Amino acid sequence: MREMSYKKAVSEALREEMLRDENVFCLGLDIGRFGGTYKATAGLWEEFGDERVRDTPLSEAAIAGASVGAAMTGMRPVAEIMYIDFATIAMDQIVNQAAKLKYMSGGQAKIPVVFRTQEGAGRASAAQHAQSLEAWFAHIPGLKVVLPSTPYDVKGLLKTAVRDDSPVVFIEHKLLYNTKGEVPEEEYLIPFGRAKICREGNDITIVALSRMAHRAVEAAEKLAEEGISAEIIDPRTVVPLDMETIINSVKKTGHLIVAHEAYTRCGIGAEICAQVMENAFYFLEKPVRRVGGLNVPVPFAPIMEDYVIPNTLNIIEAAKELLDLR
Amino acid sequence: MDKKEAVLSNELLEKIHRDMVKIRKFEERAVKLFMAGELPGFLHSCLGEEAVAAGACAALKDDDYITSTHRGHGHVIAKGLKLDRMMAELFAKSTGYCKGKGGSMHIADFSQGILGANGIVAGGIPIATGAALSCKMRHTGQVAITFFGDGASNQGAFFEAANFAAVWDLPIVFVCENNLYAVSTYQNKHQKIENVADRAAAFGFPGIIADGNDPIRVYQAVSSAVERARRGNGPTLIECKTYKWLGHYVGDPADYRPEDEVKEWKGKEPLGRYEHYLRKAGVLTGEKIDKIHEEVEREVDRAVEFARQSPSPRPEDALLDI
Repeated sequence: MREMSYKKAVSEALREEMLRDENVFCLGLDIGRFGGTYKATAGLWEEFGDERVRDTPLSEAAIAGASVGAAMTGMRPVAEIMYIDFATIAMDQIVNQAAKLKYMSGGQAKIPVVFRTQEGAGRASAAQHAQSLEAWFAHIPGLKVVLPSTPYDVKGLLKTAVRDDSPVVFIEHKLLYNTKGEVPEEEYLIPFGRAKICREGNDITIVALSRMAHRAVEAAEKLAEEGISAEIIDPRTVVPLDMETIINSVKKTGHLIVAHEAYTRCGIGAEICAQVMENAFYFLEKPVRRVGGLNVPVPFAPIMEDYVIPNTLNIIEAAKELLDLR
Repeated sequence: MDKKEAVLSNELLEKIHRDMVKIRKFEERAVKLFMAGELPGFLHSCLGEEAVAAGACAALKDDDYITSTHRGHGHVIAKGLKLDRMMAELFAKSTGYCKGKGGSMHIADFSQGILGANGIVAGGIPIATGAALSCKMRHTGQVAITFFGDGASNQGAFFEAANFAAVWDLPIVFVCENNLYAVSTYQNKHQKIENVADRAAAFGFPGIIADGNDPIRVYQAVSSAVERARRGNGPTLIECKTYKWLGHYVGDPADYRPEDEVKEWKGKEPLGRYEHYLRKAGVLTGEKIDKIHEEVEREVDRAVEFARQSPSPRPEDALLDI
């Protein structure tokens, strides 16, 4: 099977959907000739031109709002917010408009908009360019929230997102763009609400989001050398969330860690842990555990950034502690 | 008011009149019902501003789009919404336009191009800009109008959307209802400029001022801008100078407004002035006007009856339409 980079998988998904449906178009900062800050839209402008690959003025509220209006009137926009940190400027249109207008109109509005963005730390990009904010969007009824971790997943999920008739917040990761993975030639879609078991195991369940899924798999390999069998689950979509897969795993292992780069406080880990407590408490042998970003802004200096963002070692240590094996 | 007969047909003049009467009577009744405790939530009355809605919407086709504001009953009535389903929405009944899910500030009917009244000040402006983008991309010749107030003209979303519309020559008309107040804050306390229309130059498109209490002046300005938009020549900002009779919300005593100011504007009351003109121009007799008032009053009565008799939504309906 061919290997492809995550960023190429993004542009290939968009290309296929734009060929399939003439109402699909892209808009955002520097997504045209420039191909996007992380080159995830490279090649699209050359093929589809200014009309369907639109460089916008620097106006996230208008990018998001115009996308809502266009989506409500027959188009299928894919709006890029360059960094998830900039979504703050677009929050009214995403949270109060996109997420709610269908409901408030009694079901009249159809709003097939995808807000594509990227998150994450590890590039010394500092506090305003390194956040992971999926929890904000997951909190809002009316939004679907997707966090793909591999080229295969990003392509299949993005195609699903474009075809979804409701608003989707599609969160890529800046340090995953250049990672490579197998992507089939044939067309495929990945449905929302279907977690992926990256690695099977019996001793401990580790649920990990986005880039942390890779670190969790690394951790599992290291733990295996010491005889610990970890089951790694990548939810892929936070809304809708595949709790069935997670709970089935916890019933098997009796131990849960949730790992994400986002600040630990009120992150998705809290939601998953609460649901496991509510639905599988008697299967737990130990309290649930989160491995998340420290509750501080992400610092610039790499030595500090590495300290606040969880890594493979943090997951290994947490697993061993949980299993009383430190 | 002079020499307008040549521009507007009697049919159009009468449509505008009937819309204004409908808005006036609907609002008067809604205020009464609200004060009597029959309507939950908030009510933001547009009494006094009828001419803007009626004049502007008369320039639109059925499939053109509008976005409206929290003070939007007039806009949506003039765009074609029926009083009964509007009243039902205010009464939070399942027969309302939004099945009771939206209420006064969020009335919408997508089948009539009404992309919603919006509870976020300036929230509808980027949305209308997007609708205009959609019209342009689909080559349909449709246009969008976005209504907003002087308060909204200070929101970042307005600036962003106007700039968007300008650089892409979108078929949109920005209609600012300047009623001199953003809640309790007088205009000269919330912006340095006196004419919101002046801001259009900053984006690169024309800004026109119209007498917001004269529906014909509003119609002339808006229809000209609509034609400009349909021809592909881009946006226009039309500032309609007007005034609302009640406070920000029904129940707001609005004592932040000087009495003589309120009196002065009530003296320029749009419906009375318009009817005076229609009689003088021979478009409608005084008798005919009285008859229209009675008919609309009955229509409002029926709307209230319909609303009262309509079923409430079930509580579990809250889980639908997400």
